[in-house]
Formats: sequence, structure tokens, C-alpha cells
Amino acid sequence: MNTAFFFTTAIFYTLATLVYIIYLMTHRKGALWAGKNLLFAGFIVHILTIASRFFEAGHTPVTNLHESLSFFSFLIVLLFFIFQKQYKIEVLGSFVAPFCLILLISATFLPKEIVPLSPILKSMWLPVHITLAFLGNAFFALATCVGVMYLIQERYIKNKKLGGLYFVLPSLEILDELNYKCLTYGFPLLTLGMITGSIWAEYAWGSYWSWDPRQTWSLITWFLYAALLHGRLTIGWRGKKAAVYVIAAFTILLSSFLTISLLSLGSHAF
Amino acid sequence: MNVLIVGLNHKTAPVEIREKVSFSSASIHGAVSRLCKLPAVREGAILSTCNRVEILAVTKDIEHAERQIKRFVCDSNGVSIEAIDEHLYIYDRKDAIRHLFRVASSIDSMVIGEPQILGQVKGAYAIAAECKTTGLILNRLFHKAFNVAKRVRTETQIGGSAVSISYAAVEMARKIFGEFEGKTAMLIGAGEMSELAAKHLMSNGVSKLFIANRTYERAVKMAKEYEATPIMFREFIHYMKDTDIVIASTGAPDYILKPDDVKELIKERKNRPVFFIDIAVPRNIDPKINDIENIYLFDIDDLQGVVEANLKERQKAVRYAEDIVSEELEAFSQWIETLEVVPTIKSLRKRFEEIKREEFEEAETSLKHLSEKDLKAVERMAGAIINKILHKPTVLLKKEGRKLEGDIYIEAVRKLFDLTEETEEEVKEALESK
Repeated sequence: MNTAFFFTTAIFYTLATLVYIIYLMTHRKGALWAGKNLLFAGFIVHILTIASRFFEAGHTPVTNLHESLSFFSFLIVLLFFIFQKQYKIEVLGSFVAPFCLILLISATFLPKEIVPLSPILKSMWLPVHITLAFLGNAFFALATCVGVMYLIQERYIKNKKLGGLYFVLPSLEILDELNYKCLTYGFPLLTLGMITGSIWAEYAWGSYWSWDPRQTWSLITWFLYAALLHGRLTIGWRGKKAAVYVIAAFTILLSSFLTISLLSLGSHAF
Repeated sequence: MNVLIVGLNHKTAPVEIREKVSFSSASIHGAVSRLCKLPAVREGAILSTCNRVEILAVTKDIEHAERQIKRFVCDSNGVSIEAIDEHLYIYDRKDAIRHLFRVASSIDSMVIGEPQILGQVKGAYAIAAECKTTGLILNRLFHKAFNVAKRVRTETQIGGSAVSISYAAVEMARKIFGEFEGKTAMLIGAGEMSELAAKHLMSNGVSKLFIANRTYERAVKMAKEYEATPIMFREFIHYMKDTDIVIASTGAPDYILKPDDVKELIKERKNRPVFFIDIAVPRNIDPKINDIENIYLFDIDDLQGVVEANLKERQKAVRYAEDIVSEELEAFSQWIETLEVVPTIKSLRKRFEEIKREEFEEAETSLKHLSEKDLKAVERMAGAIINKILHKPTVLLKKEGRKLEGDIYIEAVRKLFDLTEETEEEVKEALESK
């Protein structure tokens, strides 16, 4: 059942992406509206996907890479729907949708079997730790989409060659502000995710911190974003510099995450 | 009934012709009334702007109406038909409706998407309504045209981007800063265009404005007008660290702002962006500053480029606007067709047949005792009654419907037997929407 839901979600995200591409090419407002609604339909089915998998597995479905990617993209779409309303930045969907689609397509090629959870990991800490950590990362993903939009828009204005996306992208200030907002939400969440993770590690493995690859890399990521936040708050990093930094940091985050999972490094490589 | 438009516009007629063929606001009431007195014209309206004159008419007899309207245009303006004939265009039926929709939606305008034309069309309708020269068809046609224009405006980007230099500057500022609330602007040097841009900025919500000018008195005078703060010309650079938008238009022969100044400035501002608009020729600001991060500089040519890009974007929207026009045109011409004789007779018959069927259904239980054969006979009789009742009206409609006043009969029949959805409400709505 959850597989059927999963593929339906993927189909909706594909359609949303295509319609969004049409919007970016034609600037027809109807396409923007349709894209958003397709994405929303996909989002609803995505909820069903995760819920049905939760009941079939008996635990929060984040214990293999397939599940993680699905859960991760789910959170990104969720945040998009919260933010687009608040910031009137509907066009963000045309960057979020393809990104989440790529995550889902990658998830399709991974083993989809439900892995039974080893008894020592069965705990309330699983959903708490994972949700916090992934929510933080979802904010960083959103910041990355916004950063890409910023760089595109900045290029149009700097080069004074207006056309194409210039007309549909929002102002630089909004994009920069949103980038910063994502950081201020994402960073504390990542921090909490790491703290709850180490508390859980103490329960499950008897040690708060064991320098396994996942922990090490999340610490590195933590420092990367801490530096950016510091730069923004004190030195006045902003605009293009901040956008490039956010994209670079997320690339490191995502590639380390995928490498550890795919190569099954360490004891919590899912 | 047919809609007919005789007109000319900036595309078909040079200004020498357009200025000869026009209806001033003083004379237009009389002209509309005279238009409707033409024998072939049932309803009429006149739209006259500096770019176009459109004579709208509803008629049974397109050929005669066309000739009479042309004569009317010539007589009203004292020109000969030969002088203007080649500049006139004639649209009838669907083409006329499409033309009005396109005009109202500003697809046909000189500057595509300019918003004034809709107001002018509404004005033309208001005048015709005052003169009571609009009827069933024009009321509904205008109402529909306003709707189409509104749809085009909200669903496409046809009026979305600036097409004048000063407004393009403001719009570019908006693409950088988003909202202007809490932002500060500075004018260095006063000129017509920089003042215009400043006015736009203020009316769009810029919170503070500095004005620097070589003659301080002039700065003070202007500052009063815009509720701005005058500053000494040699001190402008000190105020710049609190300024987000700078408009330069002095007559200085050299650059008054160099990259080193701006590098210092952006450091002081902790990288908060500054948008420089240099509309002076020769230029006031070293173009190299555009290479500094978070600094954006547009000179007069750049802004001209923005305007051109915006016009292209509007052109792009035209295609979608045409789609909307076609869609609405279909619906509207379907309605007009129902006003014709044959469809009216058809729906009249249909209404009677409906009544017959309903009555039979109601009487079903009380007629149960009748045999199949008797039942058939009763039904035949009901049919015969309908035929007898409808015979005379049908013949009359067919005969009178072809005449000039035929639609009075058609309208009466449709009203008497409730064959059309009520349009009065829409007429009222259209009048109110002006």
C-alpha cells in the first residue's frame, strides 16, 4: 500500500515540476496556480505514504535511505507551504518541486523493504531526534533553493540583461531575508537534533558521543552553519556571499549524508 | 442583430487625420444622439481618444449602417469621405466584438497594456448610457468588455512592468529592495526626470528623501515640495551611508562618485545594498562601481534597456490575452445568436413542449384508467393545441423579425415566455462599474 502511495506522490511531484517549468517559461499565472495545487495534491498523498508506512513498520519510517529521502523531501514541501504563504513567494515552488522530485526519484532506486528495527533502537527518541535533525536540514534545503534564486536574480540585475526569470523572481531583499530566516530556524533545530541524538545514544549505546562518521559530519555541518550565522550577524555577510555559502554548505551536508548512508559507514548509517 | 464598428486608430491613420476626425467631450453627447438617429442604427456609442475613434453600432443592416456611419463621421467633422476612407477600418459581427474586447484590454493600444484605455471605454459607455443610446446588446457588450479587460489585467502580465524611464527606475529599486518602507532615497541634482523618479519613490512608500543641489536654495525649495531634507552638496557623501537609493542628475563634467568612495561606503553600511540611478549625461557616477558587491548602478541607457525588456514581456503577455479574448468572444457571440429569430422560435417551441410534458407527468395517476390508445389521443390533442397557439406568433416572428424593428418582437417573446436569463441586472452592474 505505502509503495502505491509513494509512486502516486512521485507522479504528482513530476507533474508539478513540469507545470512549474511551463510557468517559468511562459510566466502564465495559471500555470503557477496549477503547479502549486499539483504539489499540494502530491503533499497530501505524501502524508498518506508516510502514515501507511508508519503503521506497516510499527515505527517512524526513517530507518533506511529510501525512507529518509522520502521523509526529508516531505518536510521540505511542508516548509514550502508554510513559507510561501507568509512571504508571498509562490514561485519558490518551482525550485522546491524539482529538488524534491530528484530526492524521490533517488529514493525509488533504493531498497524499499521495511527493515525491522533492532530492539535497542526502539524508543521515543527515534521520531524526536530524526524529526528535529531532518527539519533543520529541510530548512537548509529551502535556504539553498532561495540562495539559487538569489544568484539568478542578482545576475540579471548586475548584468542588466533582463528577461526570463527576472520577471517572476521576487526582490533580492526578500530572498536574502528568507535565506537568513531559514538559517535562524534550521540551526537551532539541527542543534536540538544533535543533542537529542546524543541523549538517545547514551540510552542505546551507552555513550553520548562516539565519533562515528554520522556524528562527526553533523558536527562539521554544525560548525559550517554556525560560522555562516556568525558571519551574518556580526560581519554583515549577506546577499551573494551568503547565498553562495549556503549552497556550498548544503552540498557538503547532502553529499556527506548520502555517502555515509550508501557506504553504510558507522553504526547509524541509515 | 449585428454589432458594427467603424473606426480609425494610430496604426491606420497619422496624427493629421486623427486630429481632424475626433469628437471632443463637449460635442460627444450630441454626436451620440445623432448617431442613433441614423435609420440603420439601433444602438450606438462613440469612443474618441487621441489615438483612436471608434463608432460602435448595433444594426440589422450592416451595409446601410456602414454607409450611414461613414457619412455621419464625415459630416460631424467636416471632412470628405475620400480624405479618410483609406484610414477607416470596419469590423462587423464577431470581428467587431473581438475588436472592442481587444481595445478595452489594451492589446490594441500604442503602448500595450497602458491602463488609461479601459477608463476611456468606460467613459464612452457612460456617455452613451446617459444619452440612452445603448440597449440590450450594447449594455451587455460593454459589460462583457470590462470583464474581459479585468481578466486580462489580472491573469496576464500585460500591464505588469514599467514602460517609462522614471517608472522603470522605481521598479528596478523594487526588485532590489522589495518594500520601500523604511528606505531612504537621495536626489543629487534636480532635473525633471529625477524629480519624477523621486515622486514615484515617495508615492510608493520611501520613508525619507535627501535632496542635494549645487545651489542650496533650490534644494531647500524642492525639499519643501516633497517633505524632504535638504543637504549641502559637498556633504552628500556623508549622508549616503544612510541612503539606499541614489538618483544622480547633476551637470558635473566629471564623475562625482568613484569606486573608492563606494567601497568605503559599502563597508560602513555592512554590505547593505545601494542602488544608484545615474540619469545624467555626461554620467555622474563611475560605471566601475557596478562591479562592487551589493552595489547596483543603472545609467540612462540601462534604464532604456529595462523599458525595452518590459515591453517585450508585455508582448509575451499579449498571446495569453488573445486567448482570453477568444474564449469570451465565443461565449458572447453564442448569446447574441440566441437573439435571432430561428433560435427564438425553437426555444419557444421547446418551452411549450416542456409544459406539456410536465402536465402529463403530473396527471399520470388520474389518467391511469385510460387505455393506451386513449392516452395517445389525449397527447395528440395537447400537441395540436400547442401548434395552433404557436402558429400565428411563429409566422409573425418570421415576418417581422427580418425587419429593422424585428428585435422588439424577439425581445418581447423572450421576455413573455421567460426564454432568456434576465439581463437587466447585468446592465445595472455594468453601469455601476464605471
